Amino acid sequence: MSKPLLGIVLGAILGAIDGLTAWFTPAVRDQLGGIVVGSTIKGIIAGVAIGFFAKKFHSLPIGILFGVLVGAFLAFLVALMQGGYYLQIVLPGTVVGLIVGFATQRYGNTAAEARG
Amino acid sequence: MMWLSDDKLDHLRGIADTRYAFVKELGRGGMGTVYLAEDRELDRLIAIKVLNTPAATDDLRQRMIREAQIIARLEHPGIVPVHDTGTLPDGRIFYAMKYVRGSRLDEYAAQGASLNDRLRKFQSVCDAVAFAHAHGVIHRDLKPQNIMIGSFGEVLVLDWGVAKIKPQTNADERKSDSDLRSSAFICGNTLQGTVIGTHDYMSPEQARGEIEIDERADVYSLGVVLKSLLIGHKTSKATRAICLKAMAPEPENRYASASELSTDVGRLLDAEPVSAYRENALERTGRWVNKNRFLVLLVLAYLVMRIFLIFTSRH
Repeated sequence: MSKPLLGIVLGAILGAIDGLTAWFTPAVRDQLGGIVVGSTIKGIIAGVAIGFFAKKFHSLPIGILFGVLVGAFLAFLVALMQGGYYLQIVLPGTVVGLIVGFATQRYGNTAAEARG
Repeated sequence: MMWLSDDKLDHLRGIADTRYAFVKELGRGGMGTVYLAEDRELDRLIAIKVLNTPAATDDLRQRMIREAQIIARLEHPGIVPVHDTGTLPDGRIFYAMKYVRGSRLDEYAAQGASLNDRLRKFQSVCDAVAFAHAHGVIHRDLKPQNIMIGSFGEVLVLDWGVAKIKPQTNADERKSDSDLRSSAFICGNTLQGTVIGTHDYMSPEQARGEIEIDERADVYSLGVVLKSLLIGHKTSKATRAICLKAMAPEPENRYASASELSTDVGRLLDAEPVSAYRENALERTGRWVNKNRFLVLLVLAYLVMRIFLIFTSRH
């Protein structure tokens, strides 16, 4: 799987799971649908950015760092819009960025590999 | 002071008159002696193999020339290259080859190399042997003592003195069989002219003195070499299965080629499933987790963090 595609798929899956965990917070349980959709979109955006970065730069540490920064930044924007829950939103978003950053560098194929 | 025998002095005199200056003896076999020598023209050290006696039979001389020709046609980073061949003033045939600095595979293993390093070196050996097979050459005497690990980790397969060139036609086959019978390498406790190789490393069909052996005889020897590299290490079932498949008593149950064996070892090193062993679901999961330790660790960290956040948000 190419790095951008892997980034998108992983970002979407992890974003959706991240959103679903809101179910465990009773205060926001009635907004679960919106949270999951928003979190998935956030994951896809992060995945696209991290995936294309991984395509350009072949370095595991730099890829992970970029993933952390993108994940944290997007999660911070969401928390800003929510007006709270900074820890609950930014921390998981950062770790999701880290995982996507690692996975795209480690498992994603370069364009030449993808062509086979 | 060390006294040299007349025989050895003859060797030294013979070499001294050529372009090569004798430095020391590196090893002695049934057919020839290998010396470290200095190439005066190119100002470098080389290894030089000299036929033991000038009064050698035509068969022995032919075999020496054949050995040099076999090595010369196998241009591969894993096969020691031949630089020159000729006859010494006393009539003995020689050939000069690259002098490999380093240690033999058994010495390398004894130095405490990790299992993965050993397997990587072994894979390089398989690749060199597979290359020879692809060029119709069967080594027939693969053992750790015939494999050198160079100073920079390069792997070189040596001693092609008893190699067999696979005949292309039936006439070649008959000639090859006849050549083999007349120039067979003598193995300590077996009948002269029939058994070729080193007993502990040879395949059952080689030990029976069968002439019609193929690449799978080398695969067997490679299996024994692999087994020797695993001694003292805790190995997985997959590793042992590779070893057992390579050393299967019947050739048809072995890997069909050295490259197949190399592929399986490569898969083992990459923590992928190997053809020699069918793993169950638990083993498959364990292998995947082991291969993707960092990712598993990240996901676990994520889950722990999530549980922590859920717990703190409720209190």
